Amino acid sequence: MSSRERILGRVRRALADVPGDDTPYERAVVRDYLREHGGRTVDETVDLLAENLADYRAIVHRCAAGELPSLIAALLSGRGARTVLVPPGLDPGWLAAAGAERIPDRAESDPHELDRVDSVVTACAVAIAETGTIVLDGGPDQGRRRITLVPDHHICVVRVPDQVVSSVPQALGRLDPVRPSTWISGPSATSDIELDRVEGVHGPRTLEVVLVSGR
Amino acid sequence: MSGTYLGMPAFPAAAREAVGNPTLRGNLRHATHTIRAKRAKAVAEVEDWAELREAGKRIKDHTLRHLDTYLERLEESVTAAGGVVHWAADAEEANRIVTALVKATGESEVVKVKSMATQEIGLNEALEAAGIRAYETDLAELIVQLGKDRPSHILVPAIHRNRGEIRDIFRDEMAAWGRPAPEGLTDTPAELAEAARLHLREKFLRAKVGISGANFMVAETGTLVVVESEGNGRMCLTLPETLISVVGIEKIVPAWRDLEVFLQTLPRSSTAERMNPYTSMWTGTTDEDGPGTFHLVLLDNGRTDTLADEVGRQALRCIRCSACLNVCPVYERAGGHAYGSVYPGPIGAILSPQLRGTGSEIDASLPYASSLCGACYEVCPVAIDIPEVLVHLRERVVQGGPVTRAGNKVVLRPAKGHAAERAAMRAARWAFGRPGALRTGQRLASRTRRFHPRTLPGPGRAWSATRELPPVPAEPFRDWWQRTHGGEAGGK
Ligand code: SF4
Repeated sequence: MSSRERILGRVRRALADVPGDDTPYERAVVRDYLREHGGRTVDETVDLLAENLADYRAIVHRCAAGELPSLIAALLSGRGARTVLVPPGLDPGWLAAAGAERIPDRAESDPHELDRVDSVVTACAVAIAETGTIVLDGGPDQGRRRITLVPDHHICVVRVPDQVVSSVPQALGRLDPVRPSTWISGPSATSDIELDRVEGVHGPRTLEVVLVSGR
Repeated sequence: MSGTYLGMPAFPAAAREAVGNPTLRGNLRHATHTIRAKRAKAVAEVEDWAELREAGKRIKDHTLRHLDTYLERLEESVTAAGGVVHWAADAEEANRIVTALVKATGESEVVKVKSMATQEIGLNEALEAAGIRAYETDLAELIVQLGKDRPSHILVPAIHRNRGEIRDIFRDEMAAWGRPAPEGLTDTPAELAEAARLHLREKFLRAKVGISGANFMVAETGTLVVVESEGNGRMCLTLPETLISVVGIEKIVPAWRDLEVFLQTLPRSSTAERMNPYTSMWTGTTDEDGPGTFHLVLLDNGRTDTLADEVGRQALRCIRCSACLNVCPVYERAGGHAYGSVYPGPIGAILSPQLRGTGSEIDASLPYASSLCGACYEVCPVAIDIPEVLVHLRERVVQGGPVTRAGNKVVLRPAKGHAAERAAMRAARWAFGRPGALRTGQRLASRTRRFHPRTLPGPGRAWSATRELPPVPAEPFRDWWQRTHGGEAGGK
C-alpha cells in the first residue's frame, strides 16, 4: 500500500464519527465578521494607508502623476543609487528623469547580479489601508519576486485611490491565486533579539512607497 | 517518531532545572510579558475579533472533518499547477523523501526557512547523516543552530538567549559555518541583525535548494502561504531552483477566501502586528519566477492518530501563533525546553502526547504541565480548549483507554502506581507553591467549566493534592492575572 493510501485510509477511519450528511462548507463557516473596519471616505482610506505604512517604518511620499518622474529621480539620487532595476512592463515615463543606469530584469540574471544593483522601482497590485500592506503579484510592472528582495532599496508606486482597498478580505478578492504574490508591510524586521524590533534583516532595508494620484 | 529529545527528563525535573536558572527566567519573563501586552493591544484594535476567531475555528473544524476530501483536492490542484506531491506517513519516511530529492539535485547544501514540521521530524539531522548541510536562515534559528542549542519558543526560538549571549555565539561560531562575525561586534540588536544579514546573504545567493514549511495550504487553488518577518523566507522561496515544502496535513484550508480570516488573526496573535512584514503565496511553479521545481511533502507523523480522538483532534486547528505560550504562567517559569519537544507551552502539552503517544515519561507528564487556568484558551485565535484536552489526556494517562497509534486502535493501560499523580504534584510544587496562587488557579479553573465532571477521580485528586505544597513566591502569577484580565479584549 502506498503512503498516500495509508494516510487517506487512516484519515477516513479517524473520521468514522463524522456523519455522511455533515454540514457542508458553505453553512459550516459563518462569516459574520466585518468586510472592513470602520467607515471612511476614499480619501480617509488613503490617509490611513499612509499612516499605517509609516507606522511600520516605510517612508511614504505623495504626489500627483505629473510629479512622479521628478520625485523618483530625487529619491534615487538622494540614495546615491547608480543603478536601478526595472521590471519589463514599468511605465517608462516614471524613470524619465532618473539619472541612474537602468538594469532590465532578465530571467537569466543570477542572484549575484541582482545583489549589485542599488535600487528597484515597481508598481503594485493592490494596497491595504488597515494593515499598511502593499501586495505585489508579479505583474509586468512589478517583475519577478526576487527583484524586490535582493536590492537594498525598493521604491513602490501605488496609484491612489484605485489600487487601495480597506481590508484584507477586499485585497484577497482582487488577487488571482494563480499568480505568486508577496505581501509587504514595512521593511523586513526581526524581533528575535529580546523582542526588540530591528528593521532590515534580509529584504530591502529601505522601503519607499509613493502614493500617486491622478493620471 | 523522532523529535523526542533523547535523554529528556520528565517535565517536572526539566522544569525545575529551568526555574533554577535566573538568566533564563529573566529572559523568558521579559519576553513573554512584552509580547503579551502588545498582543492584547493588537487584538483590541479589531472589533470583530470574536467573529474572526469563531470563523477560524469553524473553517479548521470543517476541514478536519473532511480532511480526506481536502487532501485529495489539494493534491490535484498542486499537481495541476506544476508541483509534485509526496506523502509521508511518518518522520522517517519524510526524511527519506526529502533526502532523496536533495540528492537528486546533486547539491550538498540547502537553505531552510523556519519550519516546525521539519524540526519535528529531525530533518536537519537526517540530512547531515546523508552528507547534506542544512543552513537555518531565520535569525533565531541561526542563533539556535550556531549555539548548538534547541528552540524554546514557536515564534522566537531563541527567546531564552539575551543579546550578550547572542553576541558571544556569533563571535565564536559564525566562522565555522561561513562568513565570520564582523570585528568588534557589539550586542546591540541592530548590529547583531546586520551580522546575520552578511553571514546569510552569501548562502542565499548561491543556494540551489530551499526547504520550507507552510502556514496554510489552499485546497481549492493549490496555493501555499508562508508568513514571516525577516525576508529569509522570501529568499528561500524564490532564489533556489528547487523548493521542497514539508507540511503537516492539518495545514489545509478549503478555499482562497479562507485566508482572509487567518491573515487577520495570525499576525495579531503571534507578533502582535497588524500584518507581518512579509507574506509569500505561491501556486505550483511560475515560468521564470522562482523555483522551477516544487515538491510538496504532506506529513502525517501522528496527525491522523490525533484526528481519531474526538476531544483531542481540536489541537490540529492550531495555527502556531504562540499566543498561548506567552500567557502561560507555567511556560514563563519552566521555559520551552522543559516540554521536551519542538512544540512547547500549552499547545505542546496537548499536541506532543497525541502525536507521539504517552509512552515516554516526558509525554505522560506533559498533560500535567498546566494549572488549568484557561488563559491559553482565552487567547487562542482558533479557540482550542486546551484545558479540556489536558484533562482528557490526564484521564487517559491515569485511567488508560482506547487510543490510535500509527493508524491502529490500541488500549492503553492505566499508569502504574499513580505515577502521573506524583508527576502532577512535582510539577505543581515549583510553579504554584503558594496556596493563594493556587486558589486563584482554582477560581479560574472553576470558570473554565466543562472539565469539572470529567476530572474525577484520578486527575482531579492529583490536582487538588497540589494545594498543600510548601510556599514559594507567587507574585508573577498574580501580576499576570491582573494584567491580562484587566485589559483582555479577546474573549470568546
Ligand atoms: S494553540 Fe492556539 S494560541 Fe496556541 S499556538 Fe496554537 S493557535 Fe496559537
